[in-house]
Amino acid sequence: MIPREVHRQLRAAHAEGNYAPLLALIPYAGLIGIECSRQGEDLLFRLPASPDNIGNPLLPAIHGGVIAGFMELSAALYLLIFSESAAIPKIIDFSVDYLRAGHVRDTYAQCQLWRQGRRVTNVAITAWQGSQAEPIATARAHFKIEELSPPLK
Amino acid sequence: MAQAQRFLSALRHCQLLGMRVEQSDAEGMTLVLPYSPNIVGNPQTGAIHGGALTTLMDTTCGMATLCVLPVFEVCPTLDLRIDYMHPSEPGKDIYGYAQCYRVTRDVIFARGMAYQDDPQRPIAQVVGTFMRLGKAVKGGQGFASQLKESAQ
Repeated sequence: MIPREVHRQLRAAHAEGNYAPLLALIPYAGLIGIECSRQGEDLLFRLPASPDNIGNPLLPAIHGGVIAGFMELSAALYLLIFSESAAIPKIIDFSVDYLRAGHVRDTYAQCQLWRQGRRVTNVAITAWQGSQAEPIATARAHFKIEELSPPLK
Repeated sequence: MAQAQRFLSALRHCQLLGMRVEQSDAEGMTLVLPYSPNIVGNPQTGAIHGGALTTLMDTTCGMATLCVLPVFEVCPTLDLRIDYMHPSEPGKDIYGYAQCYRVTRDVIFARGMAYQDDPQRPIAQVVGTFMRLGKAVKGGQGFASQLKESAQ
């Protein structure tokens, strides 16, 4: 369960647009180097270019698993901030389509909450590098959440 | 087996995660992802993040193509779907197993699972599609011969 105090911290983080303390709680977030910033009412996720994330030495390109992990983590953080779930959202399934090679440059992701039920949510994630109109991957995920009060967004 | 290990050691992110080849034969591929506090996704439970699991399974499915192709081909992932059956238990290594169940001229279909102690109780099921780029990919042939030479 997420303590009430943590919900308060989440709202404060979103109000200030400072998500670093939240990310610092998740070791995997630090491993791949994900960052999060506020864009109006939305969230923009960034995965800075890092040689440690390479999975294809020929191109070279970012490992598909890292791109998927970045997108899944983006979706979970998005839900953590925008859905007042009583528990940390639990991933049920995740499906990713790779559209272009992810070169070793900064990668961005944005999420869209298509459906928020009482128990399950459906989130779509788009990841891109140069232009948002040319995504390198699209994904969608189902998360299990626990009882919500009205969402912030 | 040696070729598989060679291949895996060329993937920097997999090295970062400490992944290694457990078993490789004509049937399929088994890789190991050692447990590490670095890849935890839920600090409350110590369960590893789905991203690390996806990396394990994308790599395992992708490398399972080595089991069915007569010569090395670069096979990037077209799509991948993961169903999470159970959260992983902290402190225990994760095994990824995958096999290719259909090979066509352009595409390879692979499926697999991730488990800790018991393959009968997987923590995730995976299915993915991989594109065959053939031998004539820039750098691909050199990479293939590197794999072969070091295997001998």
